[in-house]
Order: sequence, then structure tokens, then C-alpha cells
Amino acid sequence: MTHPSIITANLLRSGEVVYLGNDGRWTTELSDARIADTPAARSEIEAVAAEAAAANEIVSAYLMDVRIEAGTPAPASMRETIRAQHRPTV
Amino acid sequence: MYRYDSYDHAFVRSRASQFRDQVRRRLTGELSEEQFRPLRLHNGLYLQLHAYMLRVAIPYGVLSSSQLRTLADIARQYDRGFGHFTTRQNIQFNWIKLEDAPDILDALAAADMHAVQTSGNCIRNVTADPYAGVAADEIEDPRVWAEVLRQWSSVHPEFLFLPRKFKIAISGALEDRAAVLFHDIGLRIVKGRDGRSGFAVHVGGGQGRTPYVAQELRGFLPREHLLSYLEAVMRVYNLHGRRDNIYKARIKILVNAIGIDEFRRQVEAEWSGIDKPQIDLPEAEYARIAAHFAPKKFARRPVAAAAVARRRATDAAFDRFYRNNTAAHRTPGYRTVTIALKEPGLIPGDMTADQMDAVADLARRHSGDELRITYTQNIVLPTVAIDDLATVYDGLVAAGLASANAGLLTDIIACPGLDYCNLANARSIPLAQAIAARFAAPERVEDIGELRLNISGCINACGHHHAGNIGILGVDKKGTEHYQITLGGSPGDDADIGAIVGPSFPAEDVPGAIETLVETYLALRQGPSETFLAAYRRLGLAPFKAALYAGTSNTGTTDEARAPQLTAAGV
Repeated sequence: MTHPSIITANLLRSGEVVYLGNDGRWTTELSDARIADTPAARSEIEAVAAEAAAANEIVSAYLMDVRIEAGTPAPASMRETIRAQHRPTV
Repeated sequence: MYRYDSYDHAFVRSRASQFRDQVRRRLTGELSEEQFRPLRLHNGLYLQLHAYMLRVAIPYGVLSSSQLRTLADIARQYDRGFGHFTTRQNIQFNWIKLEDAPDILDALAAADMHAVQTSGNCIRNVTADPYAGVAADEIEDPRVWAEVLRQWSSVHPEFLFLPRKFKIAISGALEDRAAVLFHDIGLRIVKGRDGRSGFAVHVGGGQGRTPYVAQELRGFLPREHLLSYLEAVMRVYNLHGRRDNIYKARIKILVNAIGIDEFRRQVEAEWSGIDKPQIDLPEAEYARIAAHFAPKKFARRPVAAAAVARRRATDAAFDRFYRNNTAAHRTPGYRTVTIALKEPGLIPGDMTADQMDAVADLARRHSGDELRITYTQNIVLPTVAIDDLATVYDGLVAAGLASANAGLLTDIIACPGLDYCNLANARSIPLAQAIAARFAAPERVEDIGELRLNISGCINACGHHHAGNIGILGVDKKGTEHYQITLGGSPGDDADIGAIVGPSFPAEDVPGAIETLVETYLALRQGPSETFLAAYRRLGLAPFKAALYAGTSNTGTTDEARAPQLTAAGV
């Protein structure tokens, strides 16, 4: 079974948590992230991230599993839920 | 306190300027992330869960009021208006931008501060007794040697790339208030037979996934040989410490693998070959540094202040603060005041910029312009006249910092946990808040008495859970946050590592579990003078375990209970 994935990173300059969006830009909204649900699609978004890292735009990129809720990606772990909120839970 | 001379100033300024250039080269791509990462870590800059985090050194926990104001300014200008004091007497800013970091280091340098070696595999900030220089039970002021060690270890060329990070703590008092035995090297100042002072040197303590209490390496080391002897210890570690496995790289693993006797033999052999006069501190340099810490002459103030006595008799909250948050000072007429950053509902160790300014002002007016940060994530005003206590207390009430719970159950040590940290498995802060809410009644907390409760969000143990009388460790159990409870740890002279009581609990059950443990203690203690730890040592784990797992099918004999550290680490 293939889990839907998205790619996340931090902006190099600010450290802000971002996701590769549907429009090809880096967005702070996880719900706007581009979903990859095949190995080929995952390779594609990883290649975009590698290019952005090489261009000194982002750091620390990684693929993360997501749940799909009404066609929109949502975090699948507490860690990613907290990251996606851009603030602590307290 | 120590003031930078021109050499110190030039050093921190040049480091800040180097880092500015390194950041510039990183942003333009001249440095790759791989090349830049060790450089930023050696300047205390991490990439955390939400953003960059800057860890600023507070050498041996000592701050002037103007330095605290500088930290407040940084919090306001570059962060979100607050900072977090850590279990290593440092401060962390959680929302830093890489492009701002060089300006922050410049601001720190202008205030005699830096973030050098607050990360990386080097000798980290030396920690010390927060009551140093004022404690009634002090043999000798440890700050002099802590400062000597700070200067010796800063960019020491031989020890910048150790197998792993290295932590030194020092105490000069009869009571250990610096958790000395949980450090890579723990130093206690002692008097020799001839009345001269020296050090009892302990080695190989630490927490993390493999906790150990440090063992005595040398009962008495003449103080003039401290640096050459430590060089010998560091060389043996540097040579034989394991670099092939990050989990086995700390000195505690080496000491326990070869045994303390063999480790001692190797250190003595190394030491005998060292050119001691080349390495040891010249007496004149010792005198130069010690002059910064010369005992102050405090103005004569009333020992029995009538106004304070009247206030204690009529204001129960103030009386409680006096009992729990003030301690004996070496000078009659003065007390040492602890500001517990443990106000119910707030985050342990956090302080807003406005609170920093308010406390800096209190320190300037009432505590010789000086403050201390404790490893329990509190602040100490070292020297407050008894006559001024009510004024200081009122100032703390106005700043929302008058929690009268120092050393009690709700004076919780908690790491930032999964709310901020990239390494965490579970959250620490909401749990600390839930436990504090459960024990909101100050009378009850005081009746429970001395109790150290520590929470770590992962096995790295930044929240010192191993050393808690009650320790709580966050674990990831199939994607949910669970918490394992240990009992009987102690950070003090009777240092001990807590024993795991049984299977872990989901977050919502933890406050109730703590309540059960406390109720069991209250029912079984031989009186209020028997602390939780003393009762546990007399009774053992059994009654606590029975109470905790009564009515459940859990008997605490699962694999998880036997091998929790491996389970928690996901290894």
C-alpha cells in the first residue's frame, strides 16, 4: 500500500516550517501541500526539494506521510501536527 | 562577578564577526548546509521543530542585572518576547531567524556574553552551585574555578572535537546543589589535611539513555593542579572514547567499560607525563580572577526585621514564600531568594521580556546587581536584606513571579519536549501544567514537602527524569504519547537513578498516577519530616507499584518495564 506523502522543510533564512505547495512554491500551510501518492510522484517532489536546497532556499527537507481528509492533506502524527501549527500546543 | 578584560572582549567580538561572515557565506551558498552546520552548532544555533533556536551561555549561572536586560531586549527584538532557562543554567530563544543571529551575537558580546560551545562535541558551559559565594555552608567560592574552567575550555584546541559533548559541574559547599554527580566531571571543593583546599574529582556521571552516577576518581587534588589533571582526564577520554557509536561516546561509557580503577591508572599515567607548570594556572592569574569574586562587604542590616515578622504573621502567602523560597545567607541580616519560574499555568523555565526587566530591576536595587540561574530552571537573587524581603516579594507578585513552591512538588523541571524540540517523543510542558493544576492548593503542596519531580520528553533526559524523586519520561507508543514513571532518583549528595515503576501511562492518566503516588507516600510516611525520597528508600518500590497498578491488569512485568530505555529510544 502506498501512503500519501508531502515534502516539508525549513526556510534557510528564517527557519520557518514550509511545505512544497500545489503551485510549486513553498507554503506555510500544510493543507496546501502537493500530495504524492506514487513512487514516481514522490521522486518528483524530492527532486524539487533537492533543487530548492541547492538554491539555498530551504534546509532539512524530508518526505512525510499524511492523512487525506476531504481531499486535503492533514498531519499524521503529533509531531507534524505541532509543526504544522507553527506554535506550541500550550 | 567576572568582568571581561580586553582579551575576553576581543575574543567574543572576533567570534561574532567570524559567525557573521559564515552566515553570509551560507546565505549566498558559498557554504553548504553540511559545511555550515558544525559552525552554527559551535555558536549555539540549532534548527529545532519550528525555527532556529539560539542557546546562550550563562557561565556557571551568573548574570548581572544589565545582562538580564540584554536578554530581555533580544527576546523582544528577535524572538516572541520570552526566553527559556534550561537545566544547564543557559537560556534558549526559540524563534530566531538565521539572518538575525549575527546581530544577536554582537548584542551579546557587547554585554560580556556569548553562545560559544553551547552545542557540539566540546566542553560545554560549566555549571555551579547557584548559591555560590553567599551560601552559609560554603567551603570556598566555586565561581573562581568555574571561570578558570570557562577560559581554559573556550576554544581549547585539543578539546574542540571530542567523541561527544562534555559537561563539568562544580560545587564549593557542603550540600550539593549542582547535581555534581550527574556530570561527565563533577568537582567538589574540599579541604585537605593541611587546611589547603583542593578538589574531590568525580567522573563518568550523566543521564541520557544510559544513566550513571559519577564515581570518585581522586579524593583530593591540590587546587593548583586542577588544569593539568583535567587535561589528563580529557586526553584519556579523547583517545579512547568511542567515536564509532554516538550512543557509546560519552565518557561515562568509557569509565564503566574499563572500570574506574583502570581509568584512574590511565589518567595518573598521562598526568605524570604532563609538563604541569606549562598547563597549571599561575598563581598570579588565579589571583586576578579571584579578585572579581572577592567577598563583598554588605551593609549591616537588621537580623530580626520587625516589619518582616509582622508581614509573616498577617500574610500567609508571604509567610509561605519566606519558608520555601528563601535560604540562609552567610551574612547575618540577609537571605538568598529563589524566584520559582513555576507559576501555575505557565511554562517551567519560561520568562517574558517584561518579567526579565522587572527581575533585573529588583536585582539592581535589592541584590547587589546580580542574579543566578539554577539548573532547576529558577532564578536566585543571591543577597537580599531580610528588611527588603517584603518589597522584593511585592515586586515579584506584581511581575507574576511569586510562586512559593521552590523545592516542592510543583517546582517541576521540564524540558521543552515535543512542543519545541526536534528530538522529543512526547510533550513535557502540558503534562507539567496538568500536574501543577492537579496540585494547585499551596497548603497541600507544602504539606507533601520536599519532592523533586522531573519530566523529559525523550530518553536524552534534558528534563533530568532519572534524577527526579518522581521522574516522568515521554515515550512514543504506537504513535501516541505515553509516559513512564520512575521513583527514587536523587540529584544531590545521595545521588541515585530512579527505578522504573511499571508500564507507561497515557498523558491523561499521569496526573492521577502522581496523585496516587503522593497519597501512598502521605499514608505511609512516618511523619512530615520523612520526605518522599526517604519514605521511598525505607519502603521500596512495592507499595507504590501496588497502589499505581491496583485494579489494572498491568503488573509491571512487561518487556517494556524491563527494557524501557531501548523501547523509548525506538532502538
